[in-house]
Amino acid sequence: MELTRRKLLALGSGAMALSSLTGLPAFASMMDDAIAKLTGGADLGEGAVTITAPEIAENGNTVPIEVSAPGAVAITVYADGNPVPNVATFKFGPLAASRSASTRIRLATTQNVVAIAQMEDGSFQKASANVKVTIGGCGG
Amino acid sequence: MISRRDFLQVGMAASALLGTSGFGNWARLAAQQRLTQDQLLQFETFGNVSLIHVTDIHAQLKPIYFREPSVNIGVGGNKGAVPHVTGAEFRKLYGIEDGSPSHYALSSGDFASLAQAYGRVGGMDRVATVIKAIRADRPDAILLDGGDTWHGSYTCLKTEGQDMVNVMNALEPDAMTFHWEFTLGSDRVKELVESLPFAALGQNIFDAEWDEPTEIFPPYKMFERGGTKIAVIGQAFPYMPIANPGWMFPEYAFGIRDENMQAMVDEVRAAGAECVVVLSHNGFDVDKKMATVVSGIDVILSGHTHDALPEPAVSGETLIFPSGSNGKFVTRIDLDIRDGRMMGYRSKLIPIFSDVISPDADMTALIDEQRAPFEADMAEVIGQTDSLLYRRGNFNGTWDDLICDALLAERDAEIALSPGVRWGPSLIPGQDITREDIFNVTSMTYGKAYRTEMTGEFLKVVLEDVADNIFNPDPYYQQGGDMVRTGGLGYHIDVREPQGSRIGNMTLLNTGEPIDPARNYVVAGWASVNEDTEGPQIWDVVESHIAKMGTVTVNRDNNNSVVVTGV
Repeated sequence: MELTRRKLLALGSGAMALSSLTGLPAFASMMDDAIAKLTGGADLGEGAVTITAPEIAENGNTVPIEVSAPGAVAITVYADGNPVPNVATFKFGPLAASRSASTRIRLATTQNVVAIAQMEDGSFQKASANVKVTIGGCGG
Repeated sequence: MISRRDFLQVGMAASALLGTSGFGNWARLAAQQRLTQDQLLQFETFGNVSLIHVTDIHAQLKPIYFREPSVNIGVGGNKGAVPHVTGAEFRKLYGIEDGSPSHYALSSGDFASLAQAYGRVGGMDRVATVIKAIRADRPDAILLDGGDTWHGSYTCLKTEGQDMVNVMNALEPDAMTFHWEFTLGSDRVKELVESLPFAALGQNIFDAEWDEPTEIFPPYKMFERGGTKIAVIGQAFPYMPIANPGWMFPEYAFGIRDENMQAMVDEVRAAGAECVVVLSHNGFDVDKKMATVVSGIDVILSGHTHDALPEPAVSGETLIFPSGSNGKFVTRIDLDIRDGRMMGYRSKLIPIFSDVISPDADMTALIDEQRAPFEADMAEVIGQTDSLLYRRGNFNGTWDDLICDALLAERDAEIALSPGVRWGPSLIPGQDITREDIFNVTSMTYGKAYRTEMTGEFLKVVLEDVADNIFNPDPYYQQGGDMVRTGGLGYHIDVREPQGSRIGNMTLLNTGEPIDPARNYVVAGWASVNEDTEGPQIWDVVESHIAKMGTVTVNRDNNNSVVVTGV
């Protein structure tokens, strides 16, 4: 059979990445810049925002994530290994019963998915989850 | 005040001292040269609830030989911790006498000669005898099957799991969870699951489209036994679509989902459960971590990584019981549940010595009925072996060496890749190799042996990727299983390094030359998760190779060319 490299890359997870060879994603600094722009360089607290994501993506093209931060006016999601790290911003009005949102995102490679929540008092909170994108092993 | 954790450990020490686990006794019995069914089954009934755990049977209906690993490296916080202790070290840890039945059942070392002395293990008719005996003590014992049941043999492949469903139904389990079952394809899984007279559990089996729980796989089941309520929560293998072909079951999504596990524990506690049991196919190290992340689990019945420990491990405030594989063990756990909590336990990992435990006649008849249509085909002798053939271990076993040699020869390849699965019984020197034996180490629904070209660079990516699935220091990023087996390719691996830096010194064994990242190599392999894989079935490739060899003597060059550091 003609097992092309392209097909091998599609094994199991859709987006097996050669950049796993290179260690840290090269786009991380782009994300840091974007976060600095959002927060104006303010300190980032932790604990008030949570992010739920799979440890290992079943399909890097559509990774389900959920972010939640009671008392947030907005939550912005970044993927630090994607060519464009900004993923989405969810805004919550004062009458929003639940300050959480879920969606699916595309991840190019193993990377951190980061949520920055802007709280009602103007402070910022951060949470991060490492999602692995892999060609997979062989189970027991 | 005594903490819950201290209490569990005191319970374990007391049980060891009193010999109630039955474990310390085996060596003494062996010294007296006698081991009887009564001794293997001896158990002073305790408390008010009994659990019976079987897992990872891999469709082994008949007694087999099964060698435990000699290489099982632990990383990160699990370095040097059970089950990552093998051979003589394992025996020392548990006070097991060399040459004793426990040595043979639980650890590697001197396997071939001990196998001659102690005979085969497992056989579902022997398992039936043990389960009946436990039920004679405790009629309402809860029987739980940890999955990997409908995969792994000639008859299971040909009947698409029906043989195992028929046999397991006769044992009347109370619940089951899943892994390889899904490789039968989602339509067949649904058909079989809907036929089951017991619960098919999986709190982490979700609908892939909507990422929400399914109706067919409920998260848990409540049991009222011994005047109390016990909740059994199912945990299927978390990485099914990654380690196995997701295209065979695209309707389902998995994952560890420990936040949902916590929600389920809270839900069953609120509904009055006084004891929470997780029937898990996570693998041991993942279970160990989950027990520290999720609170309120009393007992985890652990499967997937095929470990067998004579005593439970304690993680946080949870007891973890791993019950081996291939029908080799049954675990009995008696619990004292009172006043809203688990007050004590007594347990025994019962090794199924096939020559000691008498088969249950009804079950033997039922098993033979499943096998009858295929018996002649399965029994055909393809060759003989001069070598011990086994698979378990982090790197190539001798079965893997033989399979890789078959791929290199039959598919005219420079390099062979074979999956690092943990199933597959052993054969001892002097045995015939039958067609059934070959299916026992190769059968699967995606067994086609591909032949393709890969660059040296891509081969390194494959090795690095699989290595990280085993040696990532965080158990939540491990998928279980072992390193991909290689033929014609040597390499060095430092397990402490991060992904991308573990593998070095890749060498083409045929020429002794370093692997060139830019060059294309002809690679043969099997068990690709790619939907379009083409080639002959791996069992036909292996059979053809063995038939040509006649008598198999395994060449260990493939294994010896892998150099491991950082252990």
